[in-house]
Amino acid sequence: MSDRGAVAIFARRHRYHPLEAAPWLISVAAYFAFPSYLPLGAQILATILFALSADLLLGYAGVVTLGQAAFFGAGAYTTGLLAAHGWGEPITGLLAGAAVAALIGLLSGLVILRTTGLTLLMLTLVVASMLYEAVNKASWLTGGDDGLQGMKVWPIFGWFRFDLFGETAYCYCLIVLFLCWLAARRIVHSPFGRSLTGIRENIRRMHAIGAPVDGRLLVVYTISAALAGTSGALIAQTTGFVGLTFLGLDRSGTVLIMLIIGGVGRLYGAFIGVPLYMIAQDRFSTIAPVYWYFWIGLLMVLVVIFARGGILGLFDRFRR
Amino acid sequence: MTIEDALSAAVNIAFNGLAYAMVLYLISVGLSVTMGMMGFVNLAHGVFAMAGGYIVTSLMKEQGVPFPLALLAAALTVAAASIPVERLLYRRFYGGDELDQVLLTIGLVFMSVAGATYIWGPLQQPLQPPAWLSAPFDLGFRSFPAYRSFLILCGAAVVMALWLAVERTRFGARVRAAVDNLRMAQSVGIDTSRLFMATFALGSGLAGLGGALGADLLAVNPSYALQNLVYFLIVVAVGGLGSIRGPFFAALLIGVADIASKYLMPEFGAFFIYALTLVVLLLRPRGLFGRA
Repeated sequence: MSDRGAVAIFARRHRYHPLEAAPWLISVAAYFAFPSYLPLGAQILATILFALSADLLLGYAGVVTLGQAAFFGAGAYTTGLLAAHGWGEPITGLLAGAAVAALIGLLSGLVILRTTGLTLLMLTLVVASMLYEAVNKASWLTGGDDGLQGMKVWPIFGWFRFDLFGETAYCYCLIVLFLCWLAARRIVHSPFGRSLTGIRENIRRMHAIGAPVDGRLLVVYTISAALAGTSGALIAQTTGFVGLTFLGLDRSGTVLIMLIIGGVGRLYGAFIGVPLYMIAQDRFSTIAPVYWYFWIGLLMVLVVIFARGGILGLFDRFRR
Repeated sequence: MTIEDALSAAVNIAFNGLAYAMVLYLISVGLSVTMGMMGFVNLAHGVFAMAGGYIVTSLMKEQGVPFPLALLAAALTVAAASIPVERLLYRRFYGGDELDQVLLTIGLVFMSVAGATYIWGPLQQPLQPPAWLSAPFDLGFRSFPAYRSFLILCGAAVVMALWLAVERTRFGARVRAAVDNLRMAQSVGIDTSRLFMATFALGSGLAGLGGALGADLLAVNPSYALQNLVYFLIVVAVGGLGSIRGPFFAALLIGVADIASKYLMPEFGAFFIYALTLVVLLLRPRGLFGRA
């Protein structure tokens, strides 16, 4: 490829491609086509945001984390606690959830991002476990094992009530996801985002050319935490429940799995992996909830061995 | 609290902490070697320990096999079963992408949860110690629970044997060589592929033994591998990757500190241990005994 060709590709890559409208058109169409599945749809949309937050960290900055649930749970509990103690305003609740998650991301990132590789992986898990144990033991505040009781979420703008059919919840999640996606897309295509890819591909060279690697990692870690917190807060508000499972290791694991099924480091993997996973789970897990884990585990093993790029990676392979 | 009470509490903590440490070490040492030597993050290592626990409980309950024999069977079965796993699945990922390893082994953990529920049901499998280990064991000045004393002695014997083997045998020398410098070990003609297989089987067998011996401490249930993963990883990370002795001291530290904190400050649960790990790894990112 000539230099000019490469430059042209770089110059084009941040522009909107018509295909990028597809997830949004499908989401809007799904609202009208499956009115009885809107609560599930809202969950899927909020979880896409969670997977997106993991993609930013894992797919772009190359930080393998087993502790993403910490931020998800932090956002959910913050919003939940506010709503249970008399402040059920959804937008500020959502922002508060994101802020607390970002703060935890910033503080833990300051400490753990100084390590690399396996130690870092371990420490993400340790931070999540710490938070889990803290929430578990502070049962006077959080309800511990039973989960948080008595959340009262007010209508959005004092007008749109969270209804039983999930209409408000679906639209609310869709709008929040869209805004967060716009932000994530901007970040990924900014010089900052490109430097993250550089850190992922060759951290030594990035150090050598003078890029502030540590600072950039900390920033993306915090952003990712904020997005994960937003996602947790969304789920807390739309389901009216927060429990310890929001912080568990299996949640950190399954979000990676959903992301891998779709494809890592492409911003759209989350939009494919999460719906597939959650719709399949909704269908099959009611038949035999425990065995669901067997099939998902097997699928994971097969994906890692045969289809490393996920579903989007398979598409790429066929196109070539 | 009188001095006697305090002393008795201290002895209790030391004794139970030691028993816990033995179990943690037996299970984690194989994980440390897998990570240090083969560069493989095996999050599914706890599955081997769980298998050991299930084998020993069901052999004793359903077949009436004597306890020592059941322990041996658990260790050998798990070691043998780990070989095909290593050959068919793990080998191709050695030294590769961390994310692949994490996903592969998390997949295996999820499968183990479902598999164990399918075979043994969702409930915890209690270990019924044999009669000769049920009575307390009198040491003159005070008596100790016999089962845990046996656990400590057994663990200590295995640890001694393992360390002797690593220091004195040809196999041990090869393992040390491969951990220190893999390429050099290959260049001087060590068949590292077979060495990996043997080490992996040994590590898994020890994990099986640890899970079987500790069936009373770490409850045998389907989500065993998920519940205890953090502890196994902590022991390895604090001890230093690839080290054989490091995890022992790490297990002692973590085991005693865990029992102590849960005894003295039950309201904090495991929180203290996680904080301790965080501090240790910040001061020494390669663990207490890891090489710089």
